[in-house]
Amino acid sequence: MSDQSQVNRSRRSLVIASACAGGAAAVATSVPFAASMLPSERAEALGAPVEADIGQLNPGEKMTVEWRGQPVWILHRTKEMLEEIERTDGKVADPKSERKKGELTPEYARNEYRSIKPEYLVVVGICSHLGCSPQDRLKPGPEAFESQWTGGFYCPCHGSLFDLAGRVYKNKPAPDNLKVPPYTYLSDTRILIGEDKKKA
Amino acid sequence: MAAAEKQAVTGAGPFNDLLTWIDQRFPLMETWRKHLTEYYAPKNFNFWYYFGSLALFVLVIQIVTGIFLTMNYKPDAAQAFASVEYIMREVPWGWWIRYMHSTGASLFFICVYLHMFRAMLYGSYRRPRELLWIFGVLIFLCLMAEAFFGYLLPWGQMSYWGAQVIVNLFDAIPVIGPDLAIWIRGDFVVSDATLNRFFAYHVIAVPLALLALVVAHLLALHEVGSSNPDGVEIKNVKDPKTGRPLDGIPFHPYYTVKDTFGVVVFLIVFSMVVFFAPDAGGYFLEHNNFIPADPLKTPAHIAPVWYFTPYYSILRATTDDFVLWVLAPGVVAFALLLIWSMKKNSTRMTVGVTAIVLLAGLLNLDAKVWGVVLMATSVMIFFFLPWLDRSPVKSIRYKGPITKTALTLFVIVFFVLGYLGTESVTEGRTLAAQIGTAVYFLFFFLMPWYSKIDKCLPEPERVTSK
Repeated sequence: MSDQSQVNRSRRSLVIASACAGGAAAVATSVPFAASMLPSERAEALGAPVEADIGQLNPGEKMTVEWRGQPVWILHRTKEMLEEIERTDGKVADPKSERKKGELTPEYARNEYRSIKPEYLVVVGICSHLGCSPQDRLKPGPEAFESQWTGGFYCPCHGSLFDLAGRVYKNKPAPDNLKVPPYTYLSDTRILIGEDKKKA
Repeated sequence: MAAAEKQAVTGAGPFNDLLTWIDQRFPLMETWRKHLTEYYAPKNFNFWYYFGSLALFVLVIQIVTGIFLTMNYKPDAAQAFASVEYIMREVPWGWWIRYMHSTGASLFFICVYLHMFRAMLYGSYRRPRELLWIFGVLIFLCLMAEAFFGYLLPWGQMSYWGAQVIVNLFDAIPVIGPDLAIWIRGDFVVSDATLNRFFAYHVIAVPLALLALVVAHLLALHEVGSSNPDGVEIKNVKDPKTGRPLDGIPFHPYYTVKDTFGVVVFLIVFSMVVFFAPDAGGYFLEHNNFIPADPLKTPAHIAPVWYFTPYYSILRATTDDFVLWVLAPGVVAFALLLIWSMKKNSTRMTVGVTAIVLLAGLLNLDAKVWGVVLMATSVMIFFFLPWLDRSPVKSIRYKGPITKTALTLFVIVFFVLGYLGTESVTEGRTLAAQIGTAVYFLFFFLMPWYSKIDKCLPEPERVTSK
């Protein structure tokens, strides 16, 4: 232990100043390292839109296309399915898709069925809880997780439930509805996923 | 010259000269004596005291087998799964090395859990061993990280979706969460970039930290001395002539021999798993992980490996109802309890304000956030154990009925949550997990009170042994 009176004050100030400068340099050096862990240019460029042909999709059937490494579901809903959606309004947490509007539901899908055309549901099949892909439980009837199931999707990871419009059930781990990606109809049977109609 | 002042090494036969030469240039004999032949450990260690040295032994197995696995493994999303199969089928003895590594991971957790349970039984974390315990919990955290990063490497379905779920936990953090998750993955989804960096963490970053912490853990242990099943300090009663604890025996040869016996028994169990049941019925190696990763399809039944399931159950149990009817009233009740037992007005104020902030958060943020918070708390709470336990005695042998009941309940709940975490979700199971979660936290949060009022027996002066 050095005696207080023997401390060379100007030398101590220099030590503190150089330690601060060294510390600042160390922090600055960590920035490139941290930045190197961000998505690379190539990863960012891979987000191009994809096209899907729904001509062969019969009522009640679902197809999956890959967009940005994620599954995008296209479900051809029957009349009965659309009626079920109206009946689940009371069970779902956000029936009118009002949460995180721009991010989860584009304006053109902010309706009862969360789609441009009521028959075709287009959603990213990734649970808003922790990113699992829910399973199809399209048929109504009693299920282990819900005795009065009206059809929809069940997430095997943490038990979240979604109705046939991708709306999340109340009191489940998932907070939000399934995300509707930006999409547009190129023709009656072709959908472009990943890009909106140009705002004219 | 310093070298000439040191005594020559004796008792090593033909190696005396060599060891003397080394000892005059390196603190060889001093270290040997300090940590082995003259490190006095209590003479009454029992079965539970095997698991520290066994954990160290498994660490060695993991490092050695890991080095050989990296010689054939390819950290590339397009090749990883196939390279693991290549190791399993075509590399000579590759299957053996890989099964040792995968079995070692599970047995590492078994050893560490039993080692931690030993500390909880005998109060090994109590003063002056708080820092020793903290290093231990840090080792446990590193081990969890190591296991998690390693589990992505085979690039099977469970690897992929497990990583997807855990990285998405960070996504739940308000404001910075989504960007943080992207930074961790290095991509917008779990991808090749993620696999590559997890490989780097798994083979170099975390093992380095783990080794450093193990050294710190052992140094701290040898500074304060080992505790024992009676929870009394052997340093209190020393031989007046030699200054050695009367109830202590040199670690070497007494405990090195005991621990070697433990290693032999361990190797028997280890070999039985490696040779006869390497997947342990889906618990050590999950069946779904024999399917290559498919980013478009989550397996029908997804669960983490068994050692993470208790915390995973807590995560799943946190629903809106649980937050509203259990968590929020729990925070209020606990704040009132704290305010009632604290004397200082400033502390009372702090508790009150914290509780109000928490309550506002509970009612406004998603249940998802709180699930993540509870899961993190369920692990981090172990850090605080030395200060939560206010019992006048350390060992369960002298603790009262309340503490014994509480610890028993905790162990039962830990197993129940662990089991539920491996199963799919039903309403009944969710309810069970919610009750389990409540009990899990009550064990810790009420400890300052029940450990204090419990009727304990007097501690003996010296250790007891048959």
